[in-house]
Amino acid sequence: MSKSERPNPLFRNLNAKVASIPMILTASVVFVGGTLWTVLYSFTNSKLLPRLNFVGLDQYYRLWSTPRWLISIENLLIYGAISLVFSLVIGFLLAALLDQKIRFEDTFRTIFLYPFALSFIVTGLVWQWLLNPDFGIQHVVRDLGWTSFSFDPLYNSSIVIYGISIAALWQGTGLIMCLMLAGLRGIDEDIWKAARVDGIPMWKTYLFIVIPMMRPVFITTLVIIASGIVKVYDLVVAQTSGGPGIASEVPAKYVYDYMFFAQNLGQGFAASTMMLLSVVIVIVPWAYLEFGGKKRG
Amino acid sequence: MRYGLLTAAFAATAALQFAGPAAATDLEVTHWWTSGGEAAAVAELAKAFDATGNHWVDGAIAGSGGTARPIMISRITGGDPMGATQFNHGRQAEELVQAGLMRDLTDVATKGKWTEIVRPKSLLDSCTIDGKIYCVPVNIHSWQWLWLSNEAFEKAGVPLPKDWNEFVAAAPALEKAGIIPLAVGGQAWQSSGAFDVLLAAVGGTDAFLKVYKDKDAKFAAGPEIAKVFKAADDARKMAKNTNVQDWNQATNLVITGKAGGQIMGDWAQGEFQVAGKVAGKDYTCLPGLGLNEVIATGGDAFYFPLLKDADKSKAQEVLAETLLDPKTQVAFNLKKGSLPVRGDVDLNAANDCMKKGIAILAKGAVIPWTDQLMSQDTQKQKEDLFAEFFAKPDMTVEEAQKRFADLIAAAD
Repeated sequence: MSKSERPNPLFRNLNAKVASIPMILTASVVFVGGTLWTVLYSFTNSKLLPRLNFVGLDQYYRLWSTPRWLISIENLLIYGAISLVFSLVIGFLLAALLDQKIRFEDTFRTIFLYPFALSFIVTGLVWQWLLNPDFGIQHVVRDLGWTSFSFDPLYNSSIVIYGISIAALWQGTGLIMCLMLAGLRGIDEDIWKAARVDGIPMWKTYLFIVIPMMRPVFITTLVIIASGIVKVYDLVVAQTSGGPGIASEVPAKYVYDYMFFAQNLGQGFAASTMMLLSVVIVIVPWAYLEFGGKKRG
Repeated sequence: MRYGLLTAAFAATAALQFAGPAAATDLEVTHWWTSGGEAAAVAELAKAFDATGNHWVDGAIAGSGGTARPIMISRITGGDPMGATQFNHGRQAEELVQAGLMRDLTDVATKGKWTEIVRPKSLLDSCTIDGKIYCVPVNIHSWQWLWLSNEAFEKAGVPLPKDWNEFVAAAPALEKAGIIPLAVGGQAWQSSGAFDVLLAAVGGTDAFLKVYKDKDAKFAAGPEIAKVFKAADDARKMAKNTNVQDWNQATNLVITGKAGGQIMGDWAQGEFQVAGKVAGKDYTCLPGLGLNEVIATGGDAFYFPLLKDADKSKAQEVLAETLLDPKTQVAFNLKKGSLPVRGDVDLNAANDCMKKGIAILAKGAVIPWTDQLMSQDTQKQKEDLFAEFFAKPDMTVEEAQKRFADLIAAAD
């Protein structure tokens, strides 16, 4: 019995492996399989039901010559830029303010986080009412005496996407604040003391010491915000359903509308493939920098 | 993993709940009739079906056809078919039939002599694919109506217009009195439908068929259609202050006299009725906008998915017969504001507007509707175009017409 067999690496940690089989299956069949299926069928002229009748890149040509798709992309970029910048900045500022050991911190935290408990649909409806010129903010201000006051972003094609962004920020910033606050609390108290001893002003400490140390938190936050941006759909549906006209359309809504309302699966698949592609273009270089570098180093 | 278990548990309870109440002759019927007038009409159908000893399980899906159809289709394609479902007859369910998911009703139709009683004939033609009948038309809905608020015109001090041109001429007076001349809800299908009505009214029946049936893109880019776009331009200027989304909210503006008029199908009539308004006294209707008195024979039909359960299949036949029964037809259509699909029923109870419609129908001045002529894909693109056109005042008429012609060139 001197020659003890080396255990097969396949059976090491068997419990964990068995337990993760459902998730592996889900990931490979539902996510990867579904993705490949969608990409494949985006090259067909499937209408209501999927059919393998290849038409090459026709669906993509049509997609990129459709004004509604171009408007959707433009809206996504504006909405994305606004929610990325403002939710990070406002979220961090709120967190930094809460971090000053103020009184009633719990109360403030609850107030700021509260909107996050609402779904996008509810958020959208609330802000639809607030921004409605006939009984929202505009109405209230006019009743106070400023009769020429005008604030109706949801009914103005050129600024409607900003109206939607306001609602998104109101809903999402609380969560970002909490993540940031957690990150701030993770910074060692001694670092603050050292900075104070060196006479570094507080804003400089935040900007050059604390923020670089919070890199992992920022990355988590970025991923959460970015995924929220790409999939924005329900907020638009609740607030404007794409209107006025098609001024606040977003890509996810284009996909849904063309797959189901227009009964044109091919076109919807082409649009969703483009969405996937845009995510891949952003994620791959970042993942390469983030994870690829470590292996070599 | 924990989530996996949770989901499984939820799925199991959900499945139990849905499997529970299914007795032998319960038939679930899905439809999107949810506004006040519509719900009252569908209750008549349910009553008639319950009287046959079966049970109508109401599957109303809120949020207009655009929202409801995807749900219905995914239930049918996903293997969870309902007993019967509403569609607009025409091409919406074409592919479902071709895929063999829908039930062939030819036997029931031959027994009930549908080819003789259903009028106009084009209705049953829309239900027929490869010589077999797949749906039961229940009503004729026409889009070609201009609803006017008598009160609004009185307030503005202008006489009630007799056609679209007079209406456009009266718009400044209405605006001066603080009334929105034309109510057009924000949903895309409303502006797109209004354009189609203008096309048939201002352009004429031939122009309508040339564009939508023959898909003549050169004609669509031509001067005759330019006239229609000019009218659409008038319409969007008159409608620019309508801050509502749903069609019934827009109709409500007309009912309350806040708007002068609305281009909307005859289903709007149900709303006037629910509000207790009288045709001719409180409101006036102009079929074909007073210019070209035609009626499009669009409408609703019931399709029956192919079911394995023999009892339910039997109940489907009973429902199909009930829907075309003269008594059901009258009761349902009076509430709905639509016209019955058979010519031999007594409609003395019909009001002013419905009688106008019946007279036009009897004259045979009918055109097929866009649902029957074009695919949903083309219609969606058309909706996108007109939603943009109506909401964007700086989009020129020429640009819109060019895009319209491109769309017709690619239409199917």
